[in-house]
Amino acid sequence: MEHVEHPSYLQHHFSDAEQQAETAKLGMWIFLLTEVLLFGGLFAFYAIYRAWHPEMFVETSSLLDVNLGALNTFVLITSSLTMALSIRSMQLNNKKQTVWMLVVTLLLAATFLVVKYFEYSHKIELGQLPGHFYTYEGLTSVNPHIFFSIYFTMTGLHGIHVVLGMIVIGWVLVRTIKDDFSSEYYTPIEMTGLYWHLVDLIWIFLFPLLYLIG
Amino acid sequence: MTEKTQAHHHILPLSVYFTIAGILFVLTAVTVIVAGFDFGAFNLFVAMTVAVIKGSLVALYFMHLKYDNKLYGTALVLSLIFLAIFIGFTMLDTMYRGEIESIEGPSINKEAVIYNQDN
Repeated sequence: MEHVEHPSYLQHHFSDAEQQAETAKLGMWIFLLTEVLLFGGLFAFYAIYRAWHPEMFVETSSLLDVNLGALNTFVLITSSLTMALSIRSMQLNNKKQTVWMLVVTLLLAATFLVVKYFEYSHKIELGQLPGHFYTYEGLTSVNPHIFFSIYFTMTGLHGIHVVLGMIVIGWVLVRTIKDDFSSEYYTPIEMTGLYWHLVDLIWIFLFPLLYLIG
Repeated sequence: MTEKTQAHHHILPLSVYFTIAGILFVLTAVTVIVAGFDFGAFNLFVAMTVAVIKGSLVALYFMHLKYDNKLYGTALVLSLIFLAIFIGFTMLDTMYRGEIESIEGPSINKEAVIYNQDN
């Protein structure tokens, strides 16, 4: 069988690069929907317990550091910006800028995790922990450990997503350096960007719900 | 033959990205400042409204939903509708269950069994 010459990145089962890119994007969006539903279960967990124990949520939430939460919000939004700019740079065939933008995104993601590390270690030290690990004495409301179960589950799952995101960003960074991408083909960077923006999006909801109550 | 590539994709001007990031920063500051005042139930409303606006901006511009095939945005909105049904109906159940038959939710405290399992 004879076929027309086609670029190395184009798989044989696609008719052209556009169809391949659109297919990848649809698959990525379906994956992101499952992520929305995964976190959705935890948001339901949050909504139920907050409705049951509104005063306890106000009191326990005041133990979280709003400044650190806000700092991390700025860090993640900035990383979303640099991620979007890395894709734009590749669309313009500016490989050097793409590499820099991906490196900055990685550094911002690491900053987020470092801030989270300080928050977590502070809480572990004070015994502000989930379930029967809870030993903190400074609260008057009942069942404060429930808030910390929610806090650690939601921020923990989000943190795991940040770590996985860093691995994937690192992978596309290496591939960018190895000249795998161009303005003709940059689907993996674009898909990584979609994932990274979703991680940012989830934090945009977690921040007010956990840190800014009452 | 001309190969169709990604190159025809919409490339947004830099100003769009920086404007959106700027709005996101301002809205974050707004939500933190508003949370400092006690408006009662209105606080949650403001916090969620700001979060929805921020989330929409991220999805429309950073995730390019505004410029992409509408299929992706539709799918996202559908998943959010299902999420709303899921959370909404669960809340209807847990908040009004007690009006049909009374339910006592005992507090879990340090004398509770869960804390004494190791003993």
